[in-house]
Amino acid sequence: MLENNGGILLNIEDLKVVYKTDLETVEAVNGISLTVMKGRTLGLVGETGAGKTTTALSILRLLPSTTGRIERGKIEFNGQDLLKLDENMMRVIRGNQIAMVFQDPMTSLNPVMTVGDQIAEAIELHNGKMPHEEVNRRVENILQMVGIMPQRRFEYPHQFSGGMKQRVVIAIALSCEPELLIADEPTTALDVTIQAQVLNMIKDLRDRLGTAMLLITHDLGIVAQICDDVAVMYAGEIIETGTVEDIFIGDWRHPYTAGLFNSLPDLRSQATRLKPIPGLMPDPSNLPNGCVFAPRCGNRMDICEKEHPKTVQKAQHRLSCHLYATGENPRRRDVT
Amino acid sequence: MQEKNVPLIQTIDLRKLFKLKGGVMLHAVDGINIEIASGETLGVVGESGCGKSTVGRLILRLIEPTSGQVLYDGQDISKFRGRQARDMRRNMQIIFQDPYSSIDPRMSVIELIAEYLFIHRVFKNKIETFNRAAELMDMVGLARRYANSYPHELDGGRRQRIGIARALSLDPKFIICDEPVSALDVSIQAQILNLLMDLQEEFKLTYMFVTHDLSVVKHISDKIMVMYLGQCVEIAAFDELFENPLHPYTNALLAAIPEPDLSRRNKEMKVIRGEVVSPINVKPGCRFAARCDDCVETCRERDPELIETSNGHFVACFKLKR
Amino acid sequence: MGREETSLRMEKTTGIEKITFKRQSQAKEIWRRFKKSKGAVFGLGMLTIILAVILLADVIAPYSLATRQNMSLKLAPPSWGHIFGCDGYGRDIFARVLHGGRTSLSIAVIATMTSCLLGSILGAVAGYFGKVIDSVICRALDIFMSVPDILFTMAVVVALGANFINLLVALTLAYFTNYVRLVRSQVLNLSELEYVEAARAGGASSARIIATHIIPNAMGVIIVNTTLNVAKIILYESTLSFLGLGMPPPAPEWGLMLAEARAFLRTSPHLLLFPAAAIVMSACSVNLIGDGLRDALDPHLKS
Repeated sequence: MLENNGGILLNIEDLKVVYKTDLETVEAVNGISLTVMKGRTLGLVGETGAGKTTTALSILRLLPSTTGRIERGKIEFNGQDLLKLDENMMRVIRGNQIAMVFQDPMTSLNPVMTVGDQIAEAIELHNGKMPHEEVNRRVENILQMVGIMPQRRFEYPHQFSGGMKQRVVIAIALSCEPELLIADEPTTALDVTIQAQVLNMIKDLRDRLGTAMLLITHDLGIVAQICDDVAVMYAGEIIETGTVEDIFIGDWRHPYTAGLFNSLPDLRSQATRLKPIPGLMPDPSNLPNGCVFAPRCGNRMDICEKEHPKTVQKAQHRLSCHLYATGENPRRRDVT
Repeated sequence: MQEKNVPLIQTIDLRKLFKLKGGVMLHAVDGINIEIASGETLGVVGESGCGKSTVGRLILRLIEPTSGQVLYDGQDISKFRGRQARDMRRNMQIIFQDPYSSIDPRMSVIELIAEYLFIHRVFKNKIETFNRAAELMDMVGLARRYANSYPHELDGGRRQRIGIARALSLDPKFIICDEPVSALDVSIQAQILNLLMDLQEEFKLTYMFVTHDLSVVKHISDKIMVMYLGQCVEIAAFDELFENPLHPYTNALLAAIPEPDLSRRNKEMKVIRGEVVSPINVKPGCRFAARCDDCVETCRERDPELIETSNGHFVACFKLKR
Repeated sequence: MGREETSLRMEKTTGIEKITFKRQSQAKEIWRRFKKSKGAVFGLGMLTIILAVILLADVIAPYSLATRQNMSLKLAPPSWGHIFGCDGYGRDIFARVLHGGRTSLSIAVIATMTSCLLGSILGAVAGYFGKVIDSVICRALDIFMSVPDILFTMAVVVALGANFINLLVALTLAYFTNYVRLVRSQVLNLSELEYVEAARAGGASSARIIATHIIPNAMGVIIVNTTLNVAKIILYESTLSFLGLGMPPPAPEWGLMLAEARAFLRTSPHLLLFPAAAIVMSACSVNLIGDGLRDALDPHLKS
């Protein structure tokens, strides 16, 4: 599956993450594999509790230390297994090579430091000592890059609106020109018109800097506008992955992905009733034996409840579903 | 009992000003006139801070308006006090946005649903009340085995069903849905939207559906009102608004929705500049002027009025007169 | 009209599952979490023993033993007849510690409860109604709090005279301010929540909202603070007696016993040892229980 511009940047193989409390063990991420190519954007799509954020935190090794544990798997970044690095080396990777933007811009910034100082801090932290003028020049450049007037660097976060704060957070993330930017629902907290502004900016910067991106979102609209590749997550597993074309217009489609598309209220069509996926995502502390989606699936067969489906592949398009086990296009019942 | 041309809910020049520190006035809701006919759904769309939730709370009198009237079935309810006001509560209800903060974590599901029935002493005893609550659980699709569960054991979708059952418990005629699905995942969101539509059909409910999500509102509304900084900028039937949006802000909202459609992918998203500001100490003139590309001199001098351009389509914009 | 239609329609579809409505005990859940803390269970065990011994004081050692002076036994060290020894007046220390515990602990518990009740009501009223009422209560509180606690209690006791009731009044007045602040902030936070608004939308009165939604949700924090306060008041009350402002002699009382023991500190340290140990043990066990309760009641630490 190596149609690319420059090879593999991040490669996750068979990653399994559990959260252990004294009451139960939650299998948050269950043997996923995914690849982010250099310079490309992978959209990680899924509902609340699918394990998207856990995956992101595992890459940076920022799981809550008391409960979260990586049970097995490999996370290779530029060929180096991040799970084998010690904490000091990991700190160099974080921010320098992999940066992360969180959902809530309100809590990601320090309220008692000026915005300029926070960006300067990030630059100095990762580049070591440099002359004051050089830092200042860089801060101004970065602010300009994310569309904030450089004069505003002396202001405090509370003087910025939500959209502007998220721009600052992104500026900090990009200040060290990371190779990979992990963005966890970066625009979910923003209004639509502001979301459009920020998305345009992200797109623009990504293209200009050539940064690869792992974009976590629940919004298929954002995926369609921004991502090159898509991985659909459900109950801790990646059930389908491929290029956007594969997922949006391809002739193979996992029933869950199809269900997601059907649940969306369509701006263009006129249907009054929506077609939701029945039921709920399984409890991650008590996953079903066979296919994790089987209990909600309209195409359920006997085998689905017994056996975990194998991954089938066509070009870069991979999915795990018994319907496609033969590699042929099956007849599906509920898919438009 | 009800004359045909009397709308179930009507507001006349509804206003709410909040006094902030330093004597600054925040115009949260500034002269809203709406009419909702019985059995219809009015969608109210706008971005955060546009006053859309405040309008709902003003109608229910959870907040007292600064000026203006709210008419229910032709009666001015803004002057109701005591008993009368409490009885009015039975006709009008609200479903909240956040299924986590809108239900008391220390009450069981059945107690939560029965709460309003106890407040109004609808039934003589506990058993009858709980039986009615169990019926409500069936109605909203909550399995009866959850009756004794506590909210933290349930997911967002089920919690929202509790909120809906509670709102229905007093047989209201009018329900304000304040972003009831925006905290839910898409697959659950569709389930709840379908439920709300089914209930409306069954019990002839009238909805005011407040949301920031245009694609959701289109599915459920008969009429849609677009709000910007406390004012109504456009109001029209749902199909008319989507096919023929006239106000520049409505256009911008529509353009900003990222659609799950690859054909729009390589086109640059149309983006309006600037940010939503707070409606503090507003000066005369169109509130959208600062972000509008078509803004002219007049826009900054006078308030645009709502003008009917075609049957039932009202727009507040000077551009249309030019 | 709407109602009849609904119930008619429902009759057809319901009656499927008969369910019983029972109030599931949250107490059980809390107890389960409480048990997990070893310190808390140890505290609870220790307190149970202390309370049992104190409650059975009359059976173990009659009150007369605690006040009867016997100069021949002056400062007698611990022996089989008097296991804790005797004090400067030849009174049995064991009996005095037991009966002193009655006074000390009952003052601590009652004073905590009265201060909690007074403070909670004022705090709830201030927080819920806000505006002028809130300002008046808060300003009055500021005046109370501007006087140091110890000075304030001493002033009250000196003015009213030292006896059981006046001690209670003094301690209540010294401690209720904490509860006003605590409950007020809780109520302020809770009444912002949507479920309070939902209750109002259902037509609930202010009294009902406070009673069913606000107080039960603030209860956890109040209970924890109350337990921790019992410990504080035990120490505080001992301080007062030590300064001679507690129960009048010859009534046995822990703080008073410490004060009397001071004169014999070098020669007969056992006079000090036993009442001090009683104070430390009871304050400590109550504190441990309070810590355990805090963890058990905090929903954020759930699971």
